Amino acid sequence: MKILVAVKRVIDYNVQIRVKEDGSGVVTDNVKMSTNPPDDNAIEEAVKIKEAGKAKEIVAITIGEEKAQETVRKALAVGADRGIHVKVDNVIEPLAVSKILKKIVEKENPDLVFMGKQAIDDDCNQTGQMLAALLNWPQATFASKIEVKDNALEVTREIDEGLETIEVNVPAIVTCDLRLNEPRYASLPNIMKAKKKPIEQLNASDLGVDINPRIEQIKVEEPPKRKAGIKVASVEELVQKLKNEAKVI
Amino acid sequence: MSVLLIAEHNNKEVRPFTYNAITAASQINEDLHVLVLGHQADDVAKSLSEVPNVKKVIHVDNKIYENYIAENYTAAIIKHAESYSHIVSSANTFGKNLMPRIAALLDTSQVSDIIKVISEDTFLRPIYAGNAFATVKSNDKKKCVTIRPTSFDPAEKSGGSAEITKSDPAEASSSTKFLKKEEVKSDRPELGTARIVISGGRGMQNGENFKLISDIADKLNAAIGASRAAVDAGYITNDHQVGQTGKVVVPDLYIAVGISGAIQHLAGMKESKVIVAINKDGEAPIFSVADYGLEADLFEALPQFLSELNKLNTIQK
Repeated sequence: MKILVAVKRVIDYNVQIRVKEDGSGVVTDNVKMSTNPPDDNAIEEAVKIKEAGKAKEIVAITIGEEKAQETVRKALAVGADRGIHVKVDNVIEPLAVSKILKKIVEKENPDLVFMGKQAIDDDCNQTGQMLAALLNWPQATFASKIEVKDNALEVTREIDEGLETIEVNVPAIVTCDLRLNEPRYASLPNIMKAKKKPIEQLNASDLGVDINPRIEQIKVEEPPKRKAGIKVASVEELVQKLKNEAKVI
Repeated sequence: MSVLLIAEHNNKEVRPFTYNAITAASQINEDLHVLVLGHQADDVAKSLSEVPNVKKVIHVDNKIYENYIAENYTAAIIKHAESYSHIVSSANTFGKNLMPRIAALLDTSQVSDIIKVISEDTFLRPIYAGNAFATVKSNDKKKCVTIRPTSFDPAEKSGGSAEITKSDPAEASSSTKFLKKEEVKSDRPELGTARIVISGGRGMQNGENFKLISDIADKLNAAIGASRAAVDAGYITNDHQVGQTGKVVVPDLYIAVGISGAIQHLAGMKESKVIVAINKDGEAPIFSVADYGLEADLFEALPQFLSELNKLNTIQK
């Protein structure tokens, strides 16, 4: 089997987001960037499947500006075999991302496409499902367990009510939840080796897909701030405040 | 043109967030139709026809809609999409799984997780785990929108009498099979709609200690939540997770116990009306959003909390 894993470069999950004063977006200059966390789970799962002898090749792909390549390089350092970087100059919407991924899937013919269930920047949670629709492939979203069977996957999904298990025939798209596995750290020798692995560069404009935005971002603002609270000295005081001041119990 | 809302239900009852989504959908356009895809879900169609905001119910009954197989649902929805300007659903795991599949086939850029309807094409939505709010305008002809249920009040449930029309199923997918659902049954209120939520984090140290939380939840008729750290550590099941990648809750009272307050957790609870934090680390970020902070060892504070609550004789249920 061949697995394509899509990874996205986002503002690191530990960074406190600052909104630009002109309302045009959030501050990204001199801000630490890293791989979208559930995309790390997607890479890890692909590597585990390969280590179990059930996959032959892992291709990591990212779509973004020049520096987005770092996320592919990181995927190569933890076990992906080669990389693809599709260059775009601006931020593009999940629909456009899924159209680009469809072109790459048609070229690479993977059996599986893995990616994180949602990117922690735009919080859209769309790309995997959209790609599955465009390819007319089955989708298994929010995966917390994947079992590889003959020409099918048994996937446990995290849903609001608990867990759901479905079986999808290969080829299929899987979007990964944070509990799917524990992503490994790249060792120094593997980081060095990854530098020699190939990354193919393509321009989105050469792929013949419409990536123009359909959604206008009119403004970005800070959410309303909560009023500062108080510290209470004892449990008794807390209960009295909740009863007499907040009147919630 | 009209709005089509995809109902979430278990074939017997309407799932509660559908009512919140109805409120938002009818703010987009009053001519709101609801699509019920299910198996022997006549009661669901009937309940929805009684919602005053609903103008029409389309009911498709077939075994292939017994479970939420997105592939099967999508094919049926696409058949009806032609007559509507907007397709909407709630932004929980039901709608998140389904809507992008529909949007892609309609060549529409979806607007996810809206918290406010500004006009038919303009919406407010949180980004970066709720650390910024974006006002966005969709320029697609047909719009696909998911609604953050906790940002809208549930619609009135009775008094209406919308027409119910039956419609034929679409083709079923042969490449996806439902195997099983492990639902956690509980007599407690649902986490997403509870008036009071008490959540535990890594500070609980193990699953057994969650009994300290459940005793208080029983007393307050509260739902139980958890931080991602507590779920990852196996203290409690995933359906309890509150946060950016879990559930968003907006109760009247949210009690965070042994939770440090990572940005990702705050994303799921910081809109709660009153927030209480109990944590032994006075510097924990959770205190920055708490109305009432108690710096204390939770293993001493929780039993005391319970005994103080027991002294009160007027706890509202």
